[in-house]
Amino acid sequence: DGPRIGIIRYGAGNIFSLTAALERLNIPYGMVYTETDFEKFDRYIIPGVGHAGAAMNKLEQTGLVPKIKALKKPTLGICVGMQLLTSWSEEGDADMLNIFPVKTLKFAGNTTFKVPHTGWNQVYQEKENPLFKNIPAGSHFYFVHSYFIEYDHLYTLSSTSYINKFSASIWLDNFYGVQFHPEKSGVYGETLLTNFSKI
Amino acid sequence: MLAKRIIPCLDVKNGRTVKGVNFVDLRDAGDPVELAWNYSQQGADELVFLDITATVERRKTMVELVKAVARQINIPFTIGGGINEIADADALLNAGADKISINSAAVRNPALIDELAKAFGVQFVIVAVDTRVMDDKNIVYLNGGRLPTEKQTLEWILEAESRGAGEILLTSMDHDGTKSGFDNGLLTLVNNAVNIPVIASGGAGSVQHFVDVFQQSEVDAALAASVFHYGEILIPDLKSALKAHQIEVR
Repeated sequence: DGPRIGIIRYGAGNIFSLTAALERLNIPYGMVYTETDFEKFDRYIIPGVGHAGAAMNKLEQTGLVPKIKALKKPTLGICVGMQLLTSWSEEGDADMLNIFPVKTLKFAGNTTFKVPHTGWNQVYQEKENPLFKNIPAGSHFYFVHSYFIEYDHLYTLSSTSYINKFSASIWLDNFYGVQFHPEKSGVYGETLLTNFSKI
Repeated sequence: MLAKRIIPCLDVKNGRTVKGVNFVDLRDAGDPVELAWNYSQQGADELVFLDITATVERRKTMVELVKAVARQINIPFTIGGGINEIADADALLNAGADKISINSAAVRNPALIDELAKAFGVQFVIVAVDTRVMDDKNIVYLNGGRLPTEKQTLEWILEAESRGAGEILLTSMDHDGTKSGFDNGLLTLVNNAVNIPVIASGGAGSVQHFVDVFQQSEVDAALAASVFHYGEILIPDLKSALKAHQIEVR
């Protein structure tokens, strides 16, 4: 059967595009609603769109937070799902999971640099990691977000510049996060999802 | 660098594309999914589907279309047309739409923008504005440019931004269909006044028009329909030309 991805469900955001991408790529997946569901899978995705503070509230209501923080298998947060892994978000002045001791901050937009940061921007890998296998430096990924994770050389796996340099992806042990949407980022986004399924 | 976006727009009625499509290598020119896939392969950065269905079944047909597109297309897409309430937007979001575009419904009920932004985030909400010059003023029009409102275009756009629009899709009805170029004057004015991205629409007729709109108005994206559907402009050629003018593209 091969590795299976469990998508952690906590009521934030739609996952139709994500599951559609996994189906196109023939990557088996299922849903995680309860603590026992975790045992069925060998890696996890934390999805998320919308408001980070509201998303954290919903995640806390599931009671899954201690389990998530203790995970030892590969775990990938996408967009707001990545921001949940940080210590704090300016969006709603909310404490997050604190797996990565870095903050989620608001872009200081203006008439030249628009916010939300919307569209295809270049991603530069800063560390060697199989998540970016076969993805050339400077490849474009699709972003749409008003808050970013601060750059930190300890945790930043790849970076992007918009107004300031920020973390396009982060990595610590088995935990990964990507700010862009791999399920909407063309061929390289699909490559990244395939890579994650093999980590 | 953030790339400028090229966005083909497809008109859809009862789940099928309408308006002429004259495209190479298509089995069925009326199938929006096949057309969308073709554009994504050509290098389109995003797609807009404008639903002009007028039946009571419209939400159901839109949701089916959105699901079909999301299953097969690996670039972001927006759905516009007929979104009047939170439930419409919610159904489209859950079917895989990345953004929705609201136009007349927002003019009639501006609080809809606040409600949508609060429920789904500003990144989900595009406010589309159709504008036309009347007595030397840019006025917001409804019904595809047929019905004038009392709203001045820039004032309405600033209100939409303050209410929670994440992006503005600005169509000049004076330029639309003329193939004489985008309304770079108005687009510059609007782009310099807002902190959210602006998509230019209306008037694209040649590659040079895209060069002009990005160089003069510095908008984030440009949208067109017929020049792409009829193969008059091929997206790879357009991107090469933009690159040759030092305009950042994917």
